[in-house]
Amino acid sequence: MSDVTLHITDRQGQLHTVEAPTDMNINLMEIIRSYEIEPEGTVGICGGMAMCASCQCYIESDHELSAPSDEEEAMLSEAFHLKENSRLGCQLHITEALDGLRVTIAPES
Amino acid sequence: MITTDILIIGAGPTGLFAVFEAGLLQLKCHLIDALGQAGGQCSELYPKKPIYDIPGFPEVLAGDLVDNLMQQIAPFQPGFTLGERAETLERTEDDFFIVTTNKGTKHKAKVVAIAGGLGSFEPKKPEIEGIEHYEDKGVAYLIKEPEQYRGKRVVIAGGGDSALDWSIFLANIASEVHLIHRRNEFRGALDSVEKVIELKKAGKIKVYTPSEVTEIKGKDALEAIMLDNVQTGLSTEIGCDAFIPLFGLSPKLGPLSDWGLEIEKNAIKVDNTYDYQTNIEGVYAIGDVNTYPGKLKLILCGFHEATLMCQSAYQRIHPDKKYVMKYTTVGGVTGFDGSKKEAPKAVVKTLD
Repeated sequence: MSDVTLHITDRQGQLHTVEAPTDMNINLMEIIRSYEIEPEGTVGICGGMAMCASCQCYIESDHELSAPSDEEEAMLSEAFHLKENSRLGCQLHITEALDGLRVTIAPES
Repeated sequence: MITTDILIIGAGPTGLFAVFEAGLLQLKCHLIDALGQAGGQCSELYPKKPIYDIPGFPEVLAGDLVDNLMQQIAPFQPGFTLGERAETLERTEDDFFIVTTNKGTKHKAKVVAIAGGLGSFEPKKPEIEGIEHYEDKGVAYLIKEPEQYRGKRVVIAGGGDSALDWSIFLANIASEVHLIHRRNEFRGALDSVEKVIELKKAGKIKVYTPSEVTEIKGKDALEAIMLDNVQTGLSTEIGCDAFIPLFGLSPKLGPLSDWGLEIEKNAIKVDNTYDYQTNIEGVYAIGDVNTYPGKLKLILCGFHEATLMCQSAYQRIHPDKKYVMKYTTVGGVTGFDGSKKEAPKAVVKTLD
């Protein structure tokens, strides 16, 4: 197991290139929080249950991602600023397949 | 004016448990919460989800945890101001605090404990141009008095439980109910979805999916909304008297941030793990709303913080008294309602 590199653009348009571990059962929302890429309390409000959409991200690279669960789909269907490439960060587990992933965090609603 | 010993802002698990610990010290509590029911996020966001790290509960549903806490604190008869948001904090000359809500309800206490979690839950407003102009002129984000929609043409947008439940409820009150959702699938409880289908067949609810409201029309007040079918791109105009977007709630620290408290990372700095007092003497912050080195936002940590806060509050309320800690097993629990719980006496019998 090794770290992967993620390119995360924050809500202000600033790019953050960060290392994320693949062996800690961690997800993209938690990476955003642990690097404090956005102010605390504005991302991952529900803690990662796919019950809010505060960790919505736009996936900008063509990585093969796990398909969204029904819960994630349903939550996204109610989210604002939705795009074709929207996903909930909390539902994307960091695996080696995500190395080089490019995402932009969706605006706060 | 509501008076109490400890005024708790936020009726989530931490605020509720503070009532118990305060009760053991014979201190009375009153809670204010912006939501219409107690339980905070546990009730509002994930009542049916399990929690595994409450000591002594291998697994407990968030909603059940709240029910249990309400039962545990019942003997201490807490007061509640629900559905109102704490707006201002003033200190009186005799060193009490007065907290006023957005509806003008005033509360007076010697101690204020902020257990506000991530803040008060405010409805999410969709980004439709000019929507603010129609707020209270036909557009509402919450339904407070369903009766006001009697005989009216109502448009509801959203795909969750509240959109479904209100559509069902208003079907019998309003003259027309139109339900608009961006997708064909709804996220609500199965029986609500079925009920909506029934009412749709009966012609009582008109359902538009997959559609989005794109425009609001009306001179001074709301007159109609425009919606686009997301798949076909076709636009439809619906004449209506009320437009109610129900897209869930999102927490905002809100007015608390104007109280002169030290705020760091959207949380209230307490800088000590002795009693969780803030930079304003007599105002405490407990649970998810506070921050200090090593802070963990866990319910179990909130319980601990509530307990220590009550000790400090006791000293502030009774500076001349000394408190001697007693185990509940030894001292029992004496409620303000006259109830008393205590451990049964052991039977002592000589063996002969």
